[in-house]
Amino acid sequence: MELLIQSIVNGFIQSGFYALAAVGLVLIFGVMGVVNFAHGELVMVGAYTVWLLHAQYGVPFLPTILIAILLVTAIGALMEQFLFRPMRGDPLGGLICSIGVLFILQVVATVVGGDGPSKQVPPPYEGTLVLWDFLRVPYQRLFAIGVAIAALGLLWYFLTRTRLGWALRAVSQDREAASLQGINSNRISMIAICVGAAMAGLAGALMAPLTNINPHMGHNVIITAFIVTIVGGVGSLSGAVIASVLYALFHTFVTTYFNGTVATISGLLIMVLVLIIRPTGIMGHRVSE
Amino acid sequence: MNRSALTHFAGIVIVLVILAVLPHFLRYHHQDFLIFLVINILVVSSYRLVTLTGEWSLIHAVMMGVGAYGSAILSKQFNVSFWLSMPLAGVVAGSVAALLCYPLFRMTQFYFLIGSFAAGEAIRLSWIHFIKPFGGTSGVSGIPSPELGNIDFLEPIPYFYLVLIIVTLCLFLLYRVEKSRVGLTLHAVHWKAPLAESVGVNTWNYRSLAFITGSVFVGIAGALKVHYIGTVTPKQFDIGFMVFILIWVIVGGYRTFYGAIIGAIVLSILDEAFREFDELRPAIYGAILVFAILFLPAGLESLPQRLREKFGRSGAKEAG
Repeated sequence: MELLIQSIVNGFIQSGFYALAAVGLVLIFGVMGVVNFAHGELVMVGAYTVWLLHAQYGVPFLPTILIAILLVTAIGALMEQFLFRPMRGDPLGGLICSIGVLFILQVVATVVGGDGPSKQVPPPYEGTLVLWDFLRVPYQRLFAIGVAIAALGLLWYFLTRTRLGWALRAVSQDREAASLQGINSNRISMIAICVGAAMAGLAGALMAPLTNINPHMGHNVIITAFIVTIVGGVGSLSGAVIASVLYALFHTFVTTYFNGTVATISGLLIMVLVLIIRPTGIMGHRVSE
Repeated sequence: MNRSALTHFAGIVIVLVILAVLPHFLRYHHQDFLIFLVINILVVSSYRLVTLTGEWSLIHAVMMGVGAYGSAILSKQFNVSFWLSMPLAGVVAGSVAALLCYPLFRMTQFYFLIGSFAAGEAIRLSWIHFIKPFGGTSGVSGIPSPELGNIDFLEPIPYFYLVLIIVTLCLFLLYRVEKSRVGLTLHAVHWKAPLAESVGVNTWNYRSLAFITGSVFVGIAGALKVHYIGTVTPKQFDIGFMVFILIWVIVGGYRTFYGAIIGAIVLSILDEAFREFDELRPAIYGAILVFAILFLPAGLESLPQRLREKFGRSGAKEAG
């Protein structure tokens, strides 16, 4: 019972990270029609920034989070400007470009951090919250989930309560119709990728003290983000968030009771199953041609 | 035989002759390189067959692994001779592909891409998870090399000839398939799916057929590879290798049969040339990929024609 509650809490905290990584992928795919394979690497760059500035040079944790977000956003903006925009209307081309970026970012990380073992960042917030004698939640994790929820809340507010957010959703629903309404779809694409990249950077920065940092950490991130995106319904942000929570709980449970590989295999199988039975995911709706 | 077919045939013969004598002028390590290059040519050509219907799968590298594991386990644990286990590797890969057809081809485009990636990852992680019979992360080692009379297939040159013969045969078959009625229908399924359906082509069947056939050939390529190295691990067939296949095909050009082969050759040689920049190599690859897709979207195969157009035009200007 105690293990059960602990697993639920751990899974819930993990879900914040999954959701942050996945919403960016969903946003970029929704608005631009591009599968950003380098999304996991954007998260990795966020984590590396914290490792380099905070753990190596002693810059305080909070400013490094901001710097990580800005840096990753800038990378996202460059990708849109020089790669995705010329490739507009060619989803395969956009995908290939993002794979190229993936390689480049991995090598940059290797050069900056050196090869060798994974890096660790000592948690800036020490101590553990103990509830009812058995439930232990490190403050670092509480901080991470708090910030993640706040960021997702802000994103929700932006998308549903501001004119820019409406425009963004309009473009993701129908690019042509949005253009006819006078919405500059290139500008909206730029905003979408900046927001998506910022979320990825934030995810990486928040998780840096809680995970092993290496140039290839993006691989697991992108697998998770794919699973969450598909299960939630491609193009549905709320679906992605709900799927993040469900998948994180599932993954944590299977990891606790079996092991991590089994958890990922069954996650992938669930995703294939969803693709077969209900390709629109739990929150998606059928898009007419 | 008309003239273009004749030059065609002559070209192939010349390439084969060059390839046949080449290893004798190379050092050991370059002979290895040549063996892997020829195997990779089979990998990209079989991938091309899968992509003919317009579906870019991300499971091809794993299908190669299915063949490799199949042949490795057959020959090591069941003492099956290489000459039987190698074609069986194709059968194993083809069968697994056939099983995957039902779920995978319910999807198209983006969903197919992600679905094939997921299915491949699930298979690859199973190799890691099920220590028996797949050997976990360290895989299966001590895979026997082929036996035939007193030829020593542990040496690179005999093995190279073996690979060259099998790959040439497979390429010939792949080429015949592409140019056959079936191959032409595959093109139709890609470019005019609704029209093809309206004249009675079952697109689902043709997509599956291309996928299964491509997997059979890449399974054979996998067997060829691991019987030379002697070891098969899950790492050899990860998404990184899949991306290399994609890059070779795209940089080479996916519109003709030769494009993918040219891509594999040129990029492998470049890769070999950059060997000393070890850790930078992926970035160089990444940059080449991005530049190729931005500036040479039809691939290297289109380069001669583009150059001709460019110089032809400037020549005309001078004359005018």
